[in-house]
Amino acid sequence: MIAELGHYALVLALALGLIQAIAPIVGARAGDAALMRLANSTALMQFAFVAFSFAALTICYVNSDFSVANVFENSHSRMPLIYKITSVWGNHEGSMLLWVLILALFGALVAAFGSNLPATLKAYVLAVQSWIASAFYLFILLTSNPFLRLDQAPSEGRDLNPILQDPGLAIHPPLLYVGYVGFSLAFSFAIAALIEGRIDAAWARWVRPWTLAAWMFLTIGIAMGSYWAYYTLGWGGFWFWDPVENASFMPWLAGTALLHSAVVMEKRNALKIWTILLAILTFSLSLIGTFLVRSGVLTSVHAFATDPTRGVFILAILILFIGGGLTLFAWRAPMLKQGGIFAPISREGALVFNNLFLTTACLTVFVGTLYPLALEALTGDKISVGAPFFNLTFGPLFVALLFVVPFGPLLAWKRGDILGVAQRLMAAFAIGIVAVAATFAVENGQSVLAPFGVGLAFYVMAGSLIDLVERTGLFRLPLATVRMRAAGLPRSTWGTAVAHFGVAVSMLGIICAATWGSERIIALKPTQTVSISGYELSFDGIARRPGPNYESLIARFTVRHGAEVIGVMEPSKRTFSSRSMTTNEAALMTIGAGQLYLSLGDPNDDGALAIRLYYKPMVMLIWLGAVVMMLGGALSLSDRRLRVGAPKPAARSAMQAAE
Amino acid sequence: MTRKQRRLVLIGTSLCVLAVAAGLILSAMRDSIVFFTSPTDVVEKHSPPGARLRIGGLVKPGSVVRGDNLQVRFAITDGKTDIPAHYQGIVPDLFREGQGVVAEGKLEPGGTFAADSVLAKHDERYMPREVVDALKKSGRWEESESRRPGGTSR
Repeated sequence: MIAELGHYALVLALALGLIQAIAPIVGARAGDAALMRLANSTALMQFAFVAFSFAALTICYVNSDFSVANVFENSHSRMPLIYKITSVWGNHEGSMLLWVLILALFGALVAAFGSNLPATLKAYVLAVQSWIASAFYLFILLTSNPFLRLDQAPSEGRDLNPILQDPGLAIHPPLLYVGYVGFSLAFSFAIAALIEGRIDAAWARWVRPWTLAAWMFLTIGIAMGSYWAYYTLGWGGFWFWDPVENASFMPWLAGTALLHSAVVMEKRNALKIWTILLAILTFSLSLIGTFLVRSGVLTSVHAFATDPTRGVFILAILILFIGGGLTLFAWRAPMLKQGGIFAPISREGALVFNNLFLTTACLTVFVGTLYPLALEALTGDKISVGAPFFNLTFGPLFVALLFVVPFGPLLAWKRGDILGVAQRLMAAFAIGIVAVAATFAVENGQSVLAPFGVGLAFYVMAGSLIDLVERTGLFRLPLATVRMRAAGLPRSTWGTAVAHFGVAVSMLGIICAATWGSERIIALKPTQTVSISGYELSFDGIARRPGPNYESLIARFTVRHGAEVIGVMEPSKRTFSSRSMTTNEAALMTIGAGQLYLSLGDPNDDGALAIRLYYKPMVMLIWLGAVVMMLGGALSLSDRRLRVGAPKPAARSAMQAAE
Repeated sequence: MTRKQRRLVLIGTSLCVLAVAAGLILSAMRDSIVFFTSPTDVVEKHSPPGARLRIGGLVKPGSVVRGDNLQVRFAITDGKTDIPAHYQGIVPDLFREGQGVVAEGKLEPGGTFAADSVLAKHDERYMPREVVDALKKSGRWEESESRRPGGTSR
């Protein structure tokens, strides 16, 4: 019964979505305030219905109702409760339901908190948001209904894919989706501005916080995904450049560019047309990502060919929204008024540089991700584009970008003094050079490039803090004054510094872990020892332990540093009988910012156990940096200007509308 | 500078960056892209020794020999042709005789394939798509095997 109610709620959400897709536009055209206001209630109701639908599916999972096909395919009665819940989005149908839930949530947020938006703009935004939502409701109802019943209820489910039974996966997809789908608002605002043919700084003041919020979630979502892959896949890699990862990374790059160009638009009323285009492109990349992951085109061309409905449906949505968005852009964008002008060397110029490099870097990822698919579709040749390709293309572009990062916040608006800024960055240059020299001295010739990378990271870290140091008068003024000045600085200044610092922290982690990590792959018998980077592991033995829905084989290792025992590592292998699959549970030991990483291979016939052992120095910095970036975003989001500054521009645009 | 000149500077710089990116992409395409082949293709097309390849097929039943130092010898087959291969390291959990495998590495002069990475299918329901294609080409693919691909969503 509950499944049918969930299904029905989704149908009602679609009906509301269709009303909301049309009524507000008619209202805005005719100047009918009541019709425009209708969108508020429909947006909130839509969210309520989708949330009900999602809750219904969750209840089916929690109750292990195997008469629902989706639950039967992806759940098992003996799974722990937490995985019964996360199974809801651990499969195609359920994850699409999560997708529309978040889409409806963002629509509802605009309806609830957008009271200071100009009425027509709000009406258009909600309408566009509803076009997207309706398209995806239709997609779910027609091709991916999670509420389908089986004629006869099986007594036991087929279990969730074991590699997905992991706490990391419990939170990774929702975070990622909030990020991905959050960019839909930027898209809706862009399309609304194009329909209205009018755009001003107030627009950017609205779009920026939403984009920032989405960006924060996407950042942490990508980092979580990377950490999950790192400890689940068993060989210690933290980024694989595989298409599924790239699918989330491309919107991140474009979204980062959008954040920065929206700053220019908000402060200087310039780069309007570019910002609109970027907003459309960012969400387009989210849609392309959804297509790549959800159409099955990546796992198997075969699956795509035998059951093309889903793929073709998403492709149609893709073409409709991307094509439609870009066409509207080409038609209407020339009508938008030009904004303020600026010299090439200026804060604006630096932000343009940022945009140029981020979008170009995004383009290289795009080519590397889609070229193999295009080539296979056109010629039948199959190629793999792996890490070397991305290191050679994305790498240099990102290095160039990072070099300029500290300059941006120090340059003045309109016309900057690059030599003056270079002088102020002297301390950062010095720190960078010292870091290069120190790294060369310590590493004894393992890599020529990596020390420069370390230097670059330290230079960016120092450079991002210089603005703060100067403006608070740290090291110059008494501490009490510094504290007062620090409290008086705009939060967005703090946010910029912290986020840039975070990028450098991640970069440092990536360089160190990739360059100076060590690896031992060896077969060991109990009581034998293996050593790596000054740590010694002795193999104590093997034990078997039953889990709730698996059997695990646990190996125990004692870790010593010198003579001192510093801990025990227990990597294991889990065998899930329901799918006759095994998963590898690596054991991790964090030492400072580095980690020992131990995972198991197969036991040999002679009783020896194959193991993979890694030492990854500084590896935790990769994810820590992402957390710091997100913190920077949060600081910027809490800026006073974004909280209380909004009503003023709204009044101004209302006046403009009255003119 | 006038607005027009400024715009020219902007467009000029953008084109330069794009040109650099295009150059990077093209040079990386030449050096770091690996072609996928089936065992039959390797023999029929006389792939030159030393070329980097990805070969997909099944691990030939009865061919796996484990040696010292985690050495593994096996043969990749698409039912028509077998390619002997060797690998040092830990093979994936689902590397088994008669199951799908994708090996990446270099062809040695004697026709043996020195693999430096070995991928196996992720779970019972999923077959690497290269393997499916290779098997289909050699006519060994039965439609009954084409169960729904497992959703390794993340």
